[in-house]
Amino acid sequence: MNLRAVRAIVRKDLAAVVQSKAVLIPLIVVPLVFLLVLPVVASFAPQLANVPGSSDLGALLERMPASFQERFAGLDEAQTIVTLLLVYLFAPMYLIIPLMVASVIAADTFAGEKERRTLEALLFTPTTDGDLLLGKLASGFLPALAIAWGGFALYAVVANAAAWRVMGALFFPTPMWWVLALWVAPAVAAVGLGATVLVSARVNTFQEAYQIGGVVVLPILVLVVGQATGVLVLSTPVVAGVGAFFWAVAAGLLTYGARTFRRGEVLARS
Amino acid sequence: MRTHALTRAFGTNRAVDALDLHVEVGEIVGLLGHNGAGKTTTVRLLAGVLTPTSGSARVFGLDPVADGVAVRRRVGVSTETPAVDDRLTGRFGLETYAELQGVAPERVRARVADLLDAFDLSEAADRRVATYSKGMRQRLALARALLHDPELLFLDEPTAGLDPVAARAVVDRVRVLRGEGRSVVLCTHDLVQAQALCDRVVVLEHGRVVAAGAPAALAADLGAGLRVRVVGAAPAGVDVAARLTAVSGWRDVAADATGGTGTGAGDGATGPRPFALEGVARDADAVADAVAALVAVGARLHAVERDLPTLEDVYFALHGKHAGERSRFAPPARAAAEEEAS
Repeated sequence: MNLRAVRAIVRKDLAAVVQSKAVLIPLIVVPLVFLLVLPVVASFAPQLANVPGSSDLGALLERMPASFQERFAGLDEAQTIVTLLLVYLFAPMYLIIPLMVASVIAADTFAGEKERRTLEALLFTPTTDGDLLLGKLASGFLPALAIAWGGFALYAVVANAAAWRVMGALFFPTPMWWVLALWVAPAVAAVGLGATVLVSARVNTFQEAYQIGGVVVLPILVLVVGQATGVLVLSTPVVAGVGAFFWAVAAGLLTYGARTFRRGEVLARS
Repeated sequence: MRTHALTRAFGTNRAVDALDLHVEVGEIVGLLGHNGAGKTTTVRLLAGVLTPTSGSARVFGLDPVADGVAVRRRVGVSTETPAVDDRLTGRFGLETYAELQGVAPERVRARVADLLDAFDLSEAADRRVATYSKGMRQRLALARALLHDPELLFLDEPTAGLDPVAARAVVDRVRVLRGEGRSVVLCTHDLVQAQALCDRVVVLEHGRVVAAGAPAALAADLGAGLRVRVVGAAPAGVDVAARLTAVSGWRDVAADATGGTGTGAGDGATGPRPFALEGVARDADAVADAVAALVAVGARLHAVERDLPTLEDVYFALHGKHAGERSRFAPPARAAAEEEAS
């Protein structure tokens, strides 16, 4: 493994990403919406819930299993609403961030390079197919991890600050969120990478790769809907299991991608 | 570098078909051919980027498939499109590729600075490539191909789309590279450039070699005899063309199609009449006999020129196209074909 070459690929790809508005804007806007705007809005949810006809959250909680409702024991109504939103309902949405970052960058560095016709020069360097693949994967994975973990820290600060007047104490992060950030978020990023790499090998433009690769958001939507309907209730063990599932999917996608990634095939298809 | 029956097929299409090719140290070899003739695929095969369907290749004695990394460490490739990232600066791009090419870390900055200077890109080095002209991008791509001081260079259309000044700069640079003892494989459509630069050329058609050799040798093989142009003035009433045709060893005598003023055939007017003729003489003695014969009838000769067939003539003769556009230098076989067609 030529780590120097891998580092060079990562450095080049990230330098290029930073210069591309089409890639950079979603990488900034989406995390800010999920991690800054939503928790601030959610901190006002108790007031909104008092508006006649706006008691959906209370109804939602009533639909949840008794074991889940027990987690809110000792909290008043406002605290319950804030906790339900910031700790449970927003948890799956947080996973969209590493998935999106990894997918956008991978689409840009694989299919985007083909589209810009800059990939060929890279293929003529004295690197192995493994070096190239690892460099490209790291280009997507490292920023996804950095933004996911940085976002987790930001979310913790914003959630505690915004909800302080309701909660009156530091309530975040919970053990479930630690598992979500440290175990599940990297797995989701890896799934996004694996899917986008496979798609990018078969298409020639950034948009195609990003849009087709975007189907991997579906499992996360299942989590969102599952929890909102009470079918799936997130807890630390459940989140750990979800993480294991995503890691297994990622391992399958990346193994298949590594086996099929051949520079000659990439050239022949471009 | 040597190939033996090298073949690469994409589905049913053979992009390279049983190619036998060799390049010696310090040689510039031109790969000529239409789009899709197999030039770029050949380069990709030799750099170990594509795997052959059958046949074999050796570059520095190494198999590009099994030893692709080792081969690519010793070859430099400038691709048909410059393949430079618009979003990066020229310097950053070169430094990145220096790392990828394995230039020693302590030499990266100096090597990049040297090449930027050599290719007249120092002033623009810290600007994004998006602001570069086409010529600057081409030079940047060429500089990138040289970062690791390769012994063998594959240059795929290095002057495509460049203005004459920029193209000349690239050609001059290639000459310098040969002077440094490097081998160069030049894929080009530019036949004049190939004739000027290449020690040997290989003409490809549908992935197969249709001709190979030194440009001058190919041209000499193109048609028997010397193509000669005779310009002068003859007394009225002297049919110079007929006199020339009558000289032993001459054939295909006709008015010069590129601006001749006549054949000297009389039309009743008095005084010397200018003529400009071309024809094919068997050898130099036949040319001397013609000069003597024309002088004997009172003609004054202003020029007797020998036109050598160019690589372009060879190329078009091989491909059998654009015959009408090349009538002045048309080889006998093609001239006959034209006559037949007319």
